[in-house]
This record gives sequence, C-alpha cells and structure tokens, in this order.
Amino acid sequence: MSQSPAAQTQVMQSQVTHLPVATGRVGRLAQSLMAMSLGLFIVGVVGFSHMDVIHNAAHDVRHSNAFPCH
Amino acid sequence: MSTFRSIVFSSVIAGFIVGLIVTAAQQFGTVPLILKAEVYEKAAEHKHEAAAPAQAILVHDHAEHDHGAEAWEPRDGLERNLYTVGANILTAIGFALLLCGFFSVRSGATGEPISWHEGLMWGLAGFAVFTIAPGLGLPPELPGVPTAPLLSRQIWWATAVLATSAGLGLIVFRRSMPAAIAGVVLIMLPHLIGAPELEHVETNMPSSLSHQFVVAVTLTSLVFWSLLGSLTSGAFAYFDRPAWA
Repeated sequence: MSQSPAAQTQVMQSQVTHLPVATGRVGRLAQSLMAMSLGLFIVGVVGFSHMDVIHNAAHDVRHSNAFPCH
Repeated sequence: MSTFRSIVFSSVIAGFIVGLIVTAAQQFGTVPLILKAEVYEKAAEHKHEAAAPAQAILVHDHAEHDHGAEAWEPRDGLERNLYTVGANILTAIGFALLLCGFFSVRSGATGEPISWHEGLMWGLAGFAVFTIAPGLGLPPELPGVPTAPLLSRQIWWATAVLATSAGLGLIVFRRSMPAAIAGVVLIMLPHLIGAPELEHVETNMPSSLSHQFVVAVTLTSLVFWSLLGSLTSGAFAYFDRPAWA
C-alpha cells in the first residue's frame, strides 16, 4: 500500500516533533532528581556527619537547626 | 540553559542570601543561648571532676568522646562565627537545591513558572517537615544536656522527616479521602512510635533556658524557610525563563 507524499511527510513530522518533547521531559525530571540528591548530600555532610572536625565547625548551626548533635 | 544549571544557579544565589540573613538572625536568637548553655556545660564538667577525683580520668575520657576535645575546633569569636556563616550558607544551598528540584518538576508538569507565593508555601512545607515534625519528638537541644545516642536520634529524625513529607504529599496532591486519612496517619506514626530518649536526665541547665532555645530555633527556622522558599522560587523563575519565553 502506497501512502500519498503528504501523509508520509505528516508521519515523519509527527515522529520528528514528538520524540524530543518526550526526552526533554525525562531529562527535566532526571536533572531535578540529580539536583535534589546533591542538596540532600550537602545537608547530610554539614548537619549529620559524625566526623569531629565537621561537627565542631558546624556546631552552632546544627544546634540552631535542631539537627541531632553530640 | 539546562534545567540542572538553572537549579544550581538559583539555589546558590538564594542559599547565599538566606544563609547570611539567617546567620544574623541566629546571632540575636540562638547563638547567645548556646554560649550561655556552654557555661553550664563547662561548670557541670568541672563539678564532676572536683567531686570525684578518682573518676576524673574516666569523666575526662567521656568528655573527649562526646565533644571531641582532641579534635580541631574553631576558636571562639570571629573564627567560630565564620564557620557558622559557611555552614549556614551550605545548609541553605542544600535545602534550596531540594526545593528547586520540586519547583522544576512542578513547573515542567503544569507548564507555568512557580510564583514567589507558591514558593513560600513550599518553604512553609519545608518548615513543617524539617523543623516542626522532628522537633515534636526531639525538641531543639542546648549543648550540655544529656541525650539518647546520636545515631538513634538521627534515624528517628530522618524517619519523622520522610513520614511527614510523604503524608503531606498524599494530602496535598492526591485529593481523595483515603489518601488524606493515610497522610494524617503517616504524619502521626513516628510520634506514636516515639523518639529515642534517656530514662533519667540529670542536668544543671535551667529549664527556662531550654524553653527560650526552642522558641528561638523555631522562629529563626520560620524565617529561614519562608525566605528560602520565596527567594529560590523567584530566582528559579528567572533562570528557567527561556523555557517559558
């Protein structure tokens, strides 16, 4: 079965236009999750590390944020 | 600009500003109380050593273990405050990255930028999740007050944060009766289990000082989260703009 050239162009266009939108959205979610993990990592190191040096440096901040300290 | 870069740019800028403002607020609110509490903490340590000279070595060992007397610590005054500024800015950037991730997912789904007011609501949710919920079971503590082992408290703290955020998420985004009930139960759950605590707490810390500290921490935290929510959303709406233009 042969399709008209116009219909073929339409099929190609729909492929061309839909694919990037889908990957763009996945990319946005993945990038957001990556940023959130980075944020949790930073808060974890500053506020929850058991290392004495980090504890002593961030001591007043831990207490002021009511993170469990000592 | 890629989403990740917009998130990082907005979080660093908002976190820097909020970290500086909150450090100033803490200098009036929480830090004077921490310094006062350390006077009681040191007095209690000396009393122990004077009362039981035979056990002095033991007490000293204990103090070293608890407070890292051998480890480096910043000198009181400028050095200590500089580290406090740094830690405040890093904490603010960390929480800003978390908020901004939500903003990015939300605006990606709705197709509209997050307004500063919506950002403020998210900030208040952060206040409920990270300050109010864990603070019910583990009230903000002053240095020198005996507490349950650190790791057990950290685990309970994280459990309360996870349960409260999941519960609020169910209530706000599911909009159905069973989800709302499940959400409320989830928020209550860690408190029904109960936070780890010592059976006998002996302290020379005046209870009025501890109470003042709870109020000071809660108020500075409210300032922190309100500012962080609205500033981060404003910055993100600006940097993420090309996507909506």
